[in-house]
Amino acid sequence: MSAILRFEELGKDWFGVPAVSNLTLDVPEGQVLGLIGENGAGKSTLMNMIGGVTEPTRGRMLWRGRPYAPASAAEASAAGIAFIHQELNLFTNLTVAENLFIDGFPRRGGLLRGLIDRGAMQRRAAGLLARLGLDVPPERTLDTLAPGERQLVEIARALHREASLIIFDEPTTSLTPRETERLFAVIEGLRAEGRTVIYISHILGDVRRLSDRIAVLRDGRLVDEGPAASFDVPRMIRSMIGRDLAAVFPERTRAPGSRPVLEVTGLSAPGVVENISLTVREGEILGLFGLMGSGRSELARLLMGLDRAAGGEVRLLGRPLAGGPRDRVRSGMAFVTENRREEGLMMDATIRENLALPGIESFSGPAGLDRGRIAATAEALRETVRLKAGDLGRQPVRALSGGNQQKVVIGKWLPVRPRLLILDEPTRGVDVGARSEIYAIADRLAAEGAGILMISSEMEELMGLCDRIAVMSRGEIVAEFARPAFEERRLLAAAFRSGAAPASEPATGTEG
Amino acid sequence: MTATTEAQAGTGLLRPQTGRIRRAAARVLLSDHFVLWLSLGYFLVLLPFLPTLGTPANLANLLSNAWPLLVVALGQTFVMTAGGIDLSQGAVIGLTSTVAAALIATAAPPEVLGRAPIWGTLIAEEGGIFAGQVWVGILAMLAVGALVGLVNGTLVALLRMPPFMVTLVAMMTVSAFAIWLTQSENIRNLPEGYVQLGKGQIVSVYFGPQDRPEIPRRELHAVIGQAALIAVALTLALHWLLERTAFGRQVVAVGANRRAAEIAGVPVRRVIVLVFVLSALCATVGAILYSARLEAGRPTLGEGTFLLDVIGATVIGGTSLFGGKGKILWTVWGVLFFVLLSNTLNMMNLSAFHIDMVKGAVILAAALLDVARNRLARSTG
Repeated sequence: MSAILRFEELGKDWFGVPAVSNLTLDVPEGQVLGLIGENGAGKSTLMNMIGGVTEPTRGRMLWRGRPYAPASAAEASAAGIAFIHQELNLFTNLTVAENLFIDGFPRRGGLLRGLIDRGAMQRRAAGLLARLGLDVPPERTLDTLAPGERQLVEIARALHREASLIIFDEPTTSLTPRETERLFAVIEGLRAEGRTVIYISHILGDVRRLSDRIAVLRDGRLVDEGPAASFDVPRMIRSMIGRDLAAVFPERTRAPGSRPVLEVTGLSAPGVVENISLTVREGEILGLFGLMGSGRSELARLLMGLDRAAGGEVRLLGRPLAGGPRDRVRSGMAFVTENRREEGLMMDATIRENLALPGIESFSGPAGLDRGRIAATAEALRETVRLKAGDLGRQPVRALSGGNQQKVVIGKWLPVRPRLLILDEPTRGVDVGARSEIYAIADRLAAEGAGILMISSEMEELMGLCDRIAVMSRGEIVAEFARPAFEERRLLAAAFRSGAAPASEPATGTEG
Repeated sequence: MTATTEAQAGTGLLRPQTGRIRRAAARVLLSDHFVLWLSLGYFLVLLPFLPTLGTPANLANLLSNAWPLLVVALGQTFVMTAGGIDLSQGAVIGLTSTVAAALIATAAPPEVLGRAPIWGTLIAEEGGIFAGQVWVGILAMLAVGALVGLVNGTLVALLRMPPFMVTLVAMMTVSAFAIWLTQSENIRNLPEGYVQLGKGQIVSVYFGPQDRPEIPRRELHAVIGQAALIAVALTLALHWLLERTAFGRQVVAVGANRRAAEIAGVPVRRVIVLVFVLSALCATVGAILYSARLEAGRPTLGEGTFLLDVIGATVIGGTSLFGGKGKILWTVWGVLFFVLLSNTLNMMNLSAFHIDMVKGAVILAAALLDVARNRLARSTG
């Protein structure tokens, strides 16, 4: 089978740090190539080069044997390459059909020459949707569609453009298990039609199942490549992180103390949470498990003073908290929100500027900010959280990979030595290596005496890391388990309020 | 097949070169001093065509125009960096210059001001109630200015109203109030000590033969005046405030991501209120310099296209209209460029309409440049 796309000694530097180096790889025509690697391994940079978003620093690409150097996304699209991203590139206020034909509406002839031929557009759109087994009327607007349906519209657009290479980048992040199954069937169908697919995902089982071949990137280099049949998940992980994953979860350094750090009694906010009582002790990691919409993130916002509670009390180290987020931060609370772009980071500011923000007032002297100390603190944090970055004082956070961005969000709290750290979905969209580093940071903080409240919809990580797990359901805490009693079935039963067992398993990471 | 080899040769040859040009372009465009280079280039290109451009008289004139505009633009820089905009600065200039003049004027003609509502209470024939007391006038100005800023900031921060709307309304009401105070008349007869703040010269130069015992005043060219000292001192202080203090970095943080800043413990509302107060205070200092030069308090002082100059100079300097990105140094160069632009357009004998059309185009170009810089900053290392 010949290569539809070939990379020859391809390289790209960002801020002096190679993101991709000396990459030579064939993408065989008509097959599914699985591409895996940690965040920051170079997958996104590689995709950006294929898509004409960034230019390689070295080497070249060959598309059907000819040199290929797209200067824009439009050129990549014209060549026959389509991208299906995590964040979809659709117009939610337009109809399905309009989205499909946005770059070239069918026109009428004759008297009404030039006007959009709506009839033809609907018919052709319906045909495309039928090929994907998507049963929605083409005149529906996009915002009425479920995430999985929107994704199929995006794929339909690729079919409409006659794309011969379709690249899927973490396509299942916002899909339900049923939608995921349908997507996989569609991908099988695309391959059967002779189209080429590149499938990028952190979910290694999916990659193995879908792919004909698998390629592994680490630190910008191709470290492993071969037929999917020869890859098992341990080999994939070993190649990705360069070592055996003995334990993702750290041995806990110290047993939790007895002094309570956070005491919540009877906290209520109508329609959000009801009569919440919980305690986090010194050195303890308390997990908060619950399904989407159970009120976990809302509880965190209440604790942080971002929203107002109607009743109840929150005490930190014995002192009642009343004020807004500023007062709570000053009295020792820290909050890592579930969406780092919107609430965690200044994307265009430098890494150093981001790391310095929560503690900025402590760097202040009579002559103004001590910039030497800020720089030194940032460098120390680079080591502590194992940040893979270039010049901290120049590189914007935007230029970091997702996992490294998350390390900045957590790292920026360390200089203020929080007494209570709230982590809301801290490992969402983060690869396995960065994950274990984030767990290690949580363990270290706990060992230093901080209390940690860890919100997650991934039961596995809660069971691996926490001392206790509280389960939330419909705004209430319905159960609490100590470590010896951790059991997947019981946690789930509590989350679903036992008896009424649901059809599907809890949706992991479907909120974002 | 030939096409392929040609394409190969083409990419092989062109790729590194375009890369180098792009990197060089990025270095120039992303430099803090880009607008300074732009101004110097503009100056040098026009010098052969406009012979009076480089004369000492014109250069002194350029500088004296730059100081008050700079002072006002400094405040605008803070508001924009925090993600807002202040349209009321011009109105604050009109109001504060009128208030000061009404209080400290040393005489007032009844035939001009007799119909003003403040006649007989604040001001009468023998002057204002604090006639001649310059410091009282200045403190009153600062208090009035700070009050306008406080109202603006409070409405934006606490009621979460858009800065554009709040300051637009402030611009209309404050300006109308100032005009009502004097029924649109100017108040003259300002004390000499006040006038000196705008016109006072400390170091002047004279180019010419040393054959006369006395040099005519109009041949003396001011290099450093009191206005220059005030403007430079304020620039340095505000540069320090924005770059080297926790407050300054919090201003940037609020503009870059308000929600993240709030969660990180930044006193977001306080920062917003202070930024608008600062902006109004800068406008007030600008009002001192302008009205001292004019030797009158004038309710319509900051009207017309003045706001265009302030916002234009700030944006051309590189401060982002979207917040999160701003430097005092950028604004210094932006003001320099804008003053130079106005000056040269005047010399070309263009009408006021033509001048505004050109200025509008330049601001558009600056906005495009902002987009281009952002793109470059993201794609190069």
